[in-house]
Amino acid sequence: MGEMEQLRKEADSLKDQITAARKAVQDSTLQEAAASITVVGRVQLKTRKTLRGHLAKIYAMHWSTDSKLCVSASQDGKLIVWDSITTNKVNAIPLKSSWVMTCAYAPSGNLVACGGLDNMCSIYNLKGKDGNVKVMRELAAHTGYLSCCRFLSDSEIITSSGDCTCVLWDIETGTQKTVFAGHQGDCMSLAVSPDFKFFISGACDFTAKLWDIREASCRQTFGGHESDINAIGFFPNGNAVITGSDDATCKLYDLRADQELITYQDSGIMCGVTSLAPSVSGRLLLAGYDDFNVNIWDALKAERVGVLAGHDNRVSCIGVSSDGMACCTGSWDSFLKIWN
Amino acid sequence: MSTTNNIAQARKLVEQLRIEAGIERIKVKTTVFCHVCVSKAAADLMSYCEQHARSDPLLVGVPTSENPFKDKKPCIIL
Repeated sequence: MGEMEQLRKEADSLKDQITAARKAVQDSTLQEAAASITVVGRVQLKTRKTLRGHLAKIYAMHWSTDSKLCVSASQDGKLIVWDSITTNKVNAIPLKSSWVMTCAYAPSGNLVACGGLDNMCSIYNLKGKDGNVKVMRELAAHTGYLSCCRFLSDSEIITSSGDCTCVLWDIETGTQKTVFAGHQGDCMSLAVSPDFKFFISGACDFTAKLWDIREASCRQTFGGHESDINAIGFFPNGNAVITGSDDATCKLYDLRADQELITYQDSGIMCGVTSLAPSVSGRLLLAGYDDFNVNIWDALKAERVGVLAGHDNRVSCIGVSSDGMACCTGSWDSFLKIWN
Repeated sequence: MSTTNNIAQARKLVEQLRIEAGIERIKVKTTVFCHVCVSKAAADLMSYCEQHARSDPLLVGVPTSENPFKDKKPCIIL
């Protein structure tokens, strides 16, 4: 037997082992376990604020940990830091490249980052001495577009790219600390675990991967989606992962059971999921779709319990603030809306 | 040439599958995820939701007086 043939056989055998191990713990389903609880009542959130100022499609937004400020990125070539309560623009940062696809707020509140078709992740210092916001670092090494970025701290950031890899960067030196390779398609989204030890990535190979940041390894791979995964997030307790895909569904995968527990789908929904965010208890899953709406799902019962309709174009990004007080949606209609 | 690439790729895949199947015991300093049965995993998710429901403003609603996003306009007597 040639080596290729041997390897193929071993790969198949290992895949069977993984499938068998997953089946072995399937003593129930989430549907069965949740049969005893009632669906949450209709959730009706109202637009409390509209953040106006961008002149083109908004592609990304991220809340600051203070639950008051947030940053948004638009292909009008600007990063805007907003005070979501007063709707004032705290900073309007002009970008070198207007083809921005992602932005992030550092947990400390000191830095923001963005990137896109320039294949770079640019870090901006909001708290510079002279009050001007300047580029602090340009992290360049990806050979594809920057789809997502998330800070671990003021000195480390993780990026995902159309070059099929994710990278952990040292912001100080501007160098790659770790390259996480394994996806067979563009990496579209990433999320960091609440304890900052792991991150998950969703890609155009229809899978989500769990990565151990310090061990630099992929621990688990989750399949099941029938198209690109565009959005990904952790369930608040860090033990489950939620994905949103072009196949019009969202899925919840439990990390410890190593398998999908439930799919959020409706025959009436035929368009892709662009973004998602769980509420702080995890009970509600807010997901943005290509049809301009956000559907609110009862995460345990997989039933739709609400809709946020207010945008005149695709909802491209969504985020729930850390204190859970509000949800922010960003759209191709150039507006951000705050709901609760 | 492409055969060596294919073999290298195949070797990488097998290596990765070994990790995921739990065969490759990497020196793990962080928490290892052990297989937990679905009923326990589901129960834990439900329990977390229940414990935090009361402090989930989007779920239970926010009284106007405590909602930082709602304008609290005082009534003006004309």
